[in-house]
Amino acid sequence: MKRYFDYYTSMMKFSVMEQWQYPVANYFYMIGMLAEPVIYMVVWSAVANQQGGTVGGYTPGSLAAYYIVWTLVRQMNIAFTPYGWEWRIRQGRLSMSLLRPIHPLHEDVAFFAGWKVVMIILWIPLALALSLIFKPDLHPTLLEGVVFFVAIWMAYLIRTITLSLLGMVTFWTTRVSALFELYFAAELILSGRLVPLSLMPEAVQKAAWFFPFRWAFGYPIEVLVGNMPTNDLFIGLGMQFAWVFFGVVVVSQIWKVAIRRFSAVGG
Amino acid sequence: MQGFKLAFNYLRIGIMNEFQYRANLYIQILQTFIALATGLIGLNLVFNQVTELGGWNKAELLAVMGVFTVTGGFIRAAIQPNMERLMDEIREGTLDYALTKPADAQLLVSVREFRLWQMVDVVTGVIVMIVALSQLDWFVDFWSVLGFFSALFLGAIMIYCFWLIITSTAFWFVRVNEIANLFEGLYAAGRWPVDIYPNWLRYGLTFLVPVAFAVTVPAQALTGRLTLQTWFGALALTVTLFIVARTVWKVGVKNYSGASA
Repeated sequence: MKRYFDYYTSMMKFSVMEQWQYPVANYFYMIGMLAEPVIYMVVWSAVANQQGGTVGGYTPGSLAAYYIVWTLVRQMNIAFTPYGWEWRIRQGRLSMSLLRPIHPLHEDVAFFAGWKVVMIILWIPLALALSLIFKPDLHPTLLEGVVFFVAIWMAYLIRTITLSLLGMVTFWTTRVSALFELYFAAELILSGRLVPLSLMPEAVQKAAWFFPFRWAFGYPIEVLVGNMPTNDLFIGLGMQFAWVFFGVVVVSQIWKVAIRRFSAVGG
Repeated sequence: MQGFKLAFNYLRIGIMNEFQYRANLYIQILQTFIALATGLIGLNLVFNQVTELGGWNKAELLAVMGVFTVTGGFIRAAIQPNMERLMDEIREGTLDYALTKPADAQLLVSVREFRLWQMVDVVTGVIVMIVALSQLDWFVDFWSVLGFFSALFLGAIMIYCFWLIITSTAFWFVRVNEIANLFEGLYAAGRWPVDIYPNWLRYGLTFLVPVAFAVTVPAQALTGRLTLQTWFGALALTVTLFIVARTVWKVGVKNYSGASA
């Protein structure tokens, strides 16, 4: 246990130091990502205004809150891309990680977790600017705040697991971009990224419950923005833990089979 | 005349190159299909709630989406690949090879790449526009058609100039790839007519990043909202942007010292 703790703290420290060197590049990256939620926010605020102030239970103020929290959750959702796995496997970069006496996935989890710390610090001024412009209606309770803090890190773990599983498909075939595109489209619709799920048709809302997407995206936002009953707050956390547990089991089983197929040299 | 011949030859080479990788066509078709499907889902979600948005009804917004897809396809087929190559060459110092050729350097760097398979987007966008127009009962006259094609052409030139200005800043800043990401994010705003955005954003999307002129104005022409005033505004901005782009490029090339080639 101590071995893992030490590994994680030093890897995260390393990643914080590395990413802190490029604040400008990180900022451009974040600003580029802001366009998407701002567009959604403006469109749905226009819809809400036309309908006399609310749409699907959201006012322009709570929509602003939803999409501003969205920007933080989006940052938390960044993990090693499945396209990167293709490069890792084809170029044999994985060989190096395999030599170390620790599972290679820990490196990803720790590195990106460290990067998150930098991203959250850089995010704060952007969130303040967005709040001044769009005036969000946000009144979280202390409990909601605590649950949110846990939920965004669980969301990060869930997305890391699903993206790693997707990336591991490259052990079998390198023609994967079509699959990845389909995955990202399903995620866009079912996660609450395109619109809050309460604006979706009933059937989609029900379906979303059974996929990991919403637990990695929409749920943490709703914790902070929506007035969720305390019960639902904890059901959500339970679903997140269940997905992480299930994901870890699946990843470790598939990894055992997948790694036997890896034959690249060099790297 | 020489310029046209040069551009045409590069186009031919680009197309032949693409034919080496035919499987990419199917991947492109799938990508276009997914983008179209998510766009339509977004549009339907909005129109489940309201019957019009910022004065545009559903069929008219479908026309906007068509123009958005066509222009986006053209940008990714002909503008973006050239500019990304230029960025890399400026950084690595291999632009020397283009500058030493006996042709206008700006023309040369703007026509070297062409991604044929991206034209799937253009075809799809045209189909979407036709569907939208049929829902609008083909309410178009000669002037709308003329306005549409001229606005589309002016919009494409403006986007090209915008990209060239941004790319030319690489002569000073060296690393500008992140700015390209920024453009992609902002271009997505064109999916909706710029009238619905708050003022500051609308001005930004009109004059800083000419998304409004590239997508909304042609769509206005198609749906019979284009005024002569807007059209002349587009013409004036195109000419201005072209002069600025040409100047920035010229100064940039003078500043270029060929890093290492």
